[in-house]
Amino acid sequence: MTATLGATPTIVLVGHGMVGQRFLEALAERGMTATHRVVVLCEEPRPAYDRVALTSYFSGKTPEDLSMTDMAFIEEHGIELYVGDPAETVDREAKRVTARSGQVFEYDTLVLATGSYPFVPPVPNKDAEGCFVYRTIEDLLAIEEYAKTRTTGAVVGGGLLGLEAAGALKGLGLTSHIVEFAPRLMPVQVDEGGGAALLRTIEEMGLSVHTGVGTQEIVVDSEGAVTGMKLSDGSELATDLVVFSAGVRPRDQLARDCGLTVGERGGITVDDQCRTVADPHVFAIGECALASDGRVYGLVAPGYEQAETAAATIAADETEQLSFTGADLSTKLKLLGVDVASFGDAHGTAEDCLDVVYSDSRSGLYKKLVIGRDGTLLGGILVGDAEAYGTLKAFTGSVPPVSPESLVLPAGAGESVQLGPTALPDDAIICSCNNVRKGTIRGAVTEHNCTTVPEVKKCTKAGTTCGSCVKVLGQLVTAELEASGVEVDKGLCGCFSQTREELYEIVLALRINTYQDLLDRYGRDGARGGDGCEICKPAVGSIIASLAPTIGADGYVLDGEQATLQDTNDHFLANLQKNGSYSVVPRIPGGEITPEGLIVIGEIARDFGLYTKITGGQRIDMFGARVEQLPLIWTRLVDAGFESGHAYGKSLRTVKSCVGQTWCRYGVQDSVRMAIDLELRYRGLRSPHKLKSAVSGCARECAEAQSKDFGIIATAAGWNLYVGGNGGATPRHADLLAQDLTDTELIKLIDRFLMFYIRTADRLERTSTWLERIPGGLDHVRDVVVEDSLGICEELESLMTDHVAHYADEWATTINDPEKLARFVSFVNAPDTPDPVVGFVPERDQIKPDLPLLSIGMRPAEDVLEGSAQR
Amino acid sequence: MTLAPETTDLKVQLQLADGWFTVCDLSRLLPGRGVAALLPDGSQVALFRDRAGKLYAVDNRDPFGGAAVLSRGLIGSQQGRPFVASPLLKQRFDLESGQCLDDETVSIATYEVRAS
Repeated sequence: MTATLGATPTIVLVGHGMVGQRFLEALAERGMTATHRVVVLCEEPRPAYDRVALTSYFSGKTPEDLSMTDMAFIEEHGIELYVGDPAETVDREAKRVTARSGQVFEYDTLVLATGSYPFVPPVPNKDAEGCFVYRTIEDLLAIEEYAKTRTTGAVVGGGLLGLEAAGALKGLGLTSHIVEFAPRLMPVQVDEGGGAALLRTIEEMGLSVHTGVGTQEIVVDSEGAVTGMKLSDGSELATDLVVFSAGVRPRDQLARDCGLTVGERGGITVDDQCRTVADPHVFAIGECALASDGRVYGLVAPGYEQAETAAATIAADETEQLSFTGADLSTKLKLLGVDVASFGDAHGTAEDCLDVVYSDSRSGLYKKLVIGRDGTLLGGILVGDAEAYGTLKAFTGSVPPVSPESLVLPAGAGESVQLGPTALPDDAIICSCNNVRKGTIRGAVTEHNCTTVPEVKKCTKAGTTCGSCVKVLGQLVTAELEASGVEVDKGLCGCFSQTREELYEIVLALRINTYQDLLDRYGRDGARGGDGCEICKPAVGSIIASLAPTIGADGYVLDGEQATLQDTNDHFLANLQKNGSYSVVPRIPGGEITPEGLIVIGEIARDFGLYTKITGGQRIDMFGARVEQLPLIWTRLVDAGFESGHAYGKSLRTVKSCVGQTWCRYGVQDSVRMAIDLELRYRGLRSPHKLKSAVSGCARECAEAQSKDFGIIATAAGWNLYVGGNGGATPRHADLLAQDLTDTELIKLIDRFLMFYIRTADRLERTSTWLERIPGGLDHVRDVVVEDSLGICEELESLMTDHVAHYADEWATTINDPEKLARFVSFVNAPDTPDPVVGFVPERDQIKPDLPLLSIGMRPAEDVLEGSAQR
Repeated sequence: MTLAPETTDLKVQLQLADGWFTVCDLSRLLPGRGVAALLPDGSQVALFRDRAGKLYAVDNRDPFGGAAVLSRGLIGSQQGRPFVASPLLKQRFDLESGQCLDDETVSIATYEVRAS
């Protein structure tokens, strides 16, 4: 320790990006934050965020979603974090850093994590209005703002970030071009064959690609704004906006200024411990460092390793001698929906190595493995389908147990085999970002009793950075649970060994339309012929209701046997409250209601003495109805033209809306009309859990659509559809499923999405948890409902068409059916007597349940009625 | 639901301290669902009929929440034992013994019931 007696030693970290944040966590884990003063100088106006996922800002992630900094962590460890205040100078003699604000910090140890800066080729007018780089959230905000009034954009650079940037420009509604100097896209990661497969797919998406040409000049108008680019082949490309994404350079200026050694092509020279070679008190980590193998690493995983190494060295922990001498450059990405992966010696630079190539240009597939003379897998490239990446990467450096060609051939073509992750050795690295080995993941299950992927993620950090290994993680967890004898019973309940999804398939395929038939034929041994349970009855009731017209069941949930399957809410078509009374919610589509409608609801609530409250879904809830009052209330509501709001059902609740284009100065589409259309289309649709929706008329998002199961936001060109959002206890921002849809496209896509959810979700699984759970997540759902990868879209649409055609208001049906009405009594032997324990007392000019009445339990009827509020 | 003609006249009766108390026609009980009945002393009973036609009667009051709602719960069978799940917070009660299956310290009253 370098501390002088009595003074707390100080560590100053310059730069708070992903690597800087990991360094702080590594310090905290080693107890260093308790014994040291830790100062962080951060140039950007916000603390560390997920730069790898930067582009997801354009698919709906907010800067807050991207944040990687838990302020509680910073506070708990007493870290002094100065945001928007970069280090300006370092005086190594005095061991002192001066920040832009003028603050001066003396250090014992200085850690530079300044990252890199985007390289902008020195072409004329490169700083013109309309020229951008793609590195920080601020850059993205500026691009988004500028793109609003423009039509065309060009990206200089066809690498990873360039393709992401071009996709983002397209998402912003611009005609997009990519200009790449190399003869192919992603020249670093893929070879010529891979580049060709990628090119075809990218062009099919409507992006224009210009390879083998350089940018010579940015053309500007008289006011200095971009109007085009001059290319090296003599052509000119008209564009309103240019994004430079031609690689990055280490940010080593601060280090140069204070005399630290830097490499010929930049980067602060460090040793195996990430200590600068010029000064033992200074370390450099991440993209600004030139590692001992002579390379600068631009990936996050090596940066994390460097952060851990530096922290361990500073902590001088003798039990843990970490060093960083180089790292693997394997990557797997999903670019504009295309899988691209490269690993190991992807370009086959080893002596005498051989290639195994599978290429199918029709479907944009390209897979290459590089094999050594002795059969060792050295590396490879996968474009279009990177499913095997996790397995192949883990086998790199060894001779795989099966022939290499079988690993790249598609299923069904010859001798393709599925080599699961269970075949991997324990020291195979599963998560490269966090350097987690298979053995550690197995240990999380066997020793730390993790039983789910989220638990294992938390325990091991695997899968928490880029997420590309989460699928393998799931397979490993399941395999390990099964191997350790934990019975993974995925059955719905004690009566059925099938999942809800399997039961749905059985009901649909065999047209089974009664619960008893399903139980007697497909129930567990001991459950057949029995009475089922309260878990599977409503679940099967819901499946039958969802599929009613298709399987030949009545669409009315109180018909025949269906009435015996419904939870009490569905059985009484109202919401049970704590004292045994019910609440009533008429449908108010889109939240639009006439004054006459409001008056009717007001009069009914007043006449029956009900407590009224406006709901979050833009309708009116009336509380305190006794069961025998429900038909009387609904007779009046139906007479006035109201329908059931299904507030009681696991079904569509409401489609909220903002006032939209009709009234609002900002609105770009008629959000109210769309909300009404959607609510009327999907009303009464039974689903695994409740469904909420909203439509916003512009990007200001007043209807909060991104917190809904399916939310729609208007754009100048149509509608953006977001799915899987949730409020409540586990809030989740919805993910963008598709952009700029017409009315017809939007409805078709929602039809498919909802029916696919109904088909595959577990009981009581909201769309948000469903999206997180199902293999492949959002990408898989998009493949199925947008690309029709399973070929079921026609069926999904036809199921929805059936639902829409057969919808009938269940309250209108009920009040016209005397046999059903007879069920709406408190007592079968005293139909006119109200339940005496349902009583009310006044509060704020309305009623509330008389709870003491419930704890008394039983009292003579007369006393109770006198003691309760006037009804 | 279709009922065989010979069962339509049957009445559901409860055994009370002073003899059998007639509640309603058997046809008012839908197999798999319950109804509530008011007794002369003001207490409430939940009556159920299972799939095999067997009748059960328990106190209608949910001892956890206090509301008189057990008749509105769903019934089922677990290893051959019939139960009702409270519609409030889903605790299960054995329909024959009244024992709560989720909390052994809680049970509810049961009644003898017949169709005649």
